[in-house]
Amino acid sequence: MARHLSLKGARIQGGPPELERGGDILITDGLIAAAAPCGGGAPECPEGAEVVDCTGLLAFPGFIDMHVHLRTPGQEHKEDLDSGLAAAAAGGFTSVLAMPNTSPPVDTAAQVGDLLARSLRVRGGARLLQSACLTRDRGGESLCEYFELKEAGASAVTDDGGWVADGAVMRRAIDYAAVCGLLPLTHPEDPTLSRGGLMHEGRISTRLGLRGIPPQAEESAIYRDCALSLLTGNPLHVCHVSTAEGADLIRRFKALGARVSCETAPHYLFLTHERVLGFDSHAKMNPPLRTERDREAMRAALLDGTVDAIATDHAPHSSLEKEVEFTDAAFGITGLETAVPLALRLVRETGMPLRLLASLMSLNPSRLLGLPEPLKPGSPADLTLVDPDLEWTYRAGEGFSKSRNTPFEGWEFTGRAVMTVVGGEIRYRLARG
Amino acid sequence: MKGPMQGWPKDLIDLDQLTEQQITQVLDTALAFREVSEREIKKVPVLRGKLVVLFFHENSTRTRLSFETAAKRLSADTLALSSSGSSMSKGETLLDTARNILAMRPDALVIRHGAAGAPVFLGERLPIPVLNAGDGPHAHPTQGLLDLMTLRDAKGSVRGLKVAIVGDIAHSRVARSDMVGLVRMGAEVRVAGPPSMLCPGLEEEYGVTVHTRVEPALEGADAVVMLRIQLERQRGSLFPGAREYARVYGLDERRAALMAPGSVILHPGPVNQGVEMTPEIYGAPNSLILDQVTNGVAVRMALLCLMVDPPEPGASAPSR
Repeated sequence: MARHLSLKGARIQGGPPELERGGDILITDGLIAAAAPCGGGAPECPEGAEVVDCTGLLAFPGFIDMHVHLRTPGQEHKEDLDSGLAAAAAGGFTSVLAMPNTSPPVDTAAQVGDLLARSLRVRGGARLLQSACLTRDRGGESLCEYFELKEAGASAVTDDGGWVADGAVMRRAIDYAAVCGLLPLTHPEDPTLSRGGLMHEGRISTRLGLRGIPPQAEESAIYRDCALSLLTGNPLHVCHVSTAEGADLIRRFKALGARVSCETAPHYLFLTHERVLGFDSHAKMNPPLRTERDREAMRAALLDGTVDAIATDHAPHSSLEKEVEFTDAAFGITGLETAVPLALRLVRETGMPLRLLASLMSLNPSRLLGLPEPLKPGSPADLTLVDPDLEWTYRAGEGFSKSRNTPFEGWEFTGRAVMTVVGGEIRYRLARG
Repeated sequence: MKGPMQGWPKDLIDLDQLTEQQITQVLDTALAFREVSEREIKKVPVLRGKLVVLFFHENSTRTRLSFETAAKRLSADTLALSSSGSSMSKGETLLDTARNILAMRPDALVIRHGAAGAPVFLGERLPIPVLNAGDGPHAHPTQGLLDLMTLRDAKGSVRGLKVAIVGDIAHSRVARSDMVGLVRMGAEVRVAGPPSMLCPGLEEEYGVTVHTRVEPALEGADAVVMLRIQLERQRGSLFPGAREYARVYGLDERRAALMAPGSVILHPGPVNQGVEMTPEIYGAPNSLILDQVTNGVAVRMALLCLMVDPPEPGASAPSR
């Protein structure tokens, strides 16, 4: 017997404009059956369907975080598939792309297949999309077997956490990944310029006596990789862009016709290197928090379409790695449970259209990773329902991630994801006080 | 126990926490305590029964001895831990070590650490006063205070003095605390060094002028602080070599002649003679390098006294 779920009355974003003022979505057997404006041609609700009143909520095609670290295998004390996918669903994500810089790194089809199979046994939570290494053992020298990785279900290849310093290797990787239908991701960082750095190089690093990471370490790497994308004519995705000139390089390469895309993370849109004053290890990440000018430039790059995706770079660490001297603390912060409220704050602060938010957090990542077109009849019913007016205070201790390394502890937000539907199944629903 | 005096920070991490008045109070108190070191019985009972832990996670003979002498002249008990002699070498975390120290019920913790920010980390987690005895390239507030004391002694006042700081500014905690302290007390500060030893934003962050050659910084200066060059940094391509450095940035009699009449020379020690300065400059009558050491004990006595056993607000400096 068919199983039905009917979501009624939400303002549906990211689809046909006539749904934006309110519509009904009917889901049958995990797939979108129909979506129509309220009142006008709304689908017949079959008997026995579960009906959810979504009046006052926004419905988005399921949010996709294309940059997370789930620490599996090897560092499960920081995060595992259960906690990571639960945190994702609670944060409003229906899918997450896990990075392969685990221990050992994910560089074989067998590992990809195993992780994807294990993720299906996780009860609740978001879908796992798995990326694999771009080079064997993340060594930067020889390419992984992309055809087999693709067959095993991999969605992307990347040596994230480090840059492929050898330009010829990167050029071949971009070509080869295109043939296999895998998206290559680059972590742009020239390590000879960033070596030993702990934060953005500028007046704050000067004040604190901390070794700086110049923005040029990122920008010179972005330049080379965009140039290789242009040379090959093939797609390349640039991870966690954080600087004004970095975004501008991508803007210019796009104008030249390069098939480059890029993401930025919420913290680069809200925080600057000033946050490091006081040596808080929760302000330590790579790339580092930049200047106010960079923060504004990244916001502008979102609004003008230069940036394709908001991705969190969710990098959980336990207190063992973070509750130490700043210099010794691990790089990275969590992000899955703060991204949506921060994005909603961005909408309020910048007047960014909700349609653009849907593109940045769902439609573009979906397209880049070659996933089925969301909201279309026959597509998997992955939806994020957002209450844009809910006022709440973020407490990492109340979240689902195993780790609490966030610079947003105690932030007061208006709006959050209240229901996450994955394959027609309600995987997360905010308990209402 | 008396509460901390108004506006006095629990921890001393850097001099930017202190107002001009507070710095003056430390220097006045230090002056009174310096007299103790001239007595036959070099001890006052100010901190009798108090325990001061000296936690030196990075090698330092001079600063540790100076703090130890200061604490003992105040009649405090001291407990010295160094990284090699403590369990830090057995994989114990800084936080763990600090908690264990705390279990011994000390009244203050003096910390030297190779990592910038380590004293901040401890200060936030321990209820007792934490005194920064130097943390990586970040800050060295007691050095800043003793330099201020030495300059005030020699020149009467710091206000309006033109002071040059020469050397590896980027990697020097002494330079940072000197810049903060000198500017706060009204001096005009110029810093100079090769470009690889400077760092961005010095002008706006500290209110100093920056020079890549030493001569314009010395021109008409009332004082110069020559920083110690870490010769091992030569390997990191920070500078081509000590010989060339000495020739281009070192202080010799010819360069010293650029300074104002009656100018004085400071150095945090230990001096690489023949690199930062010639032996003649080191031994010149206007070289105050050994006065700095004497004053170091006095300012550390003053700080320990003010932070461990603060006077009631409004009380005058002790003359015990």
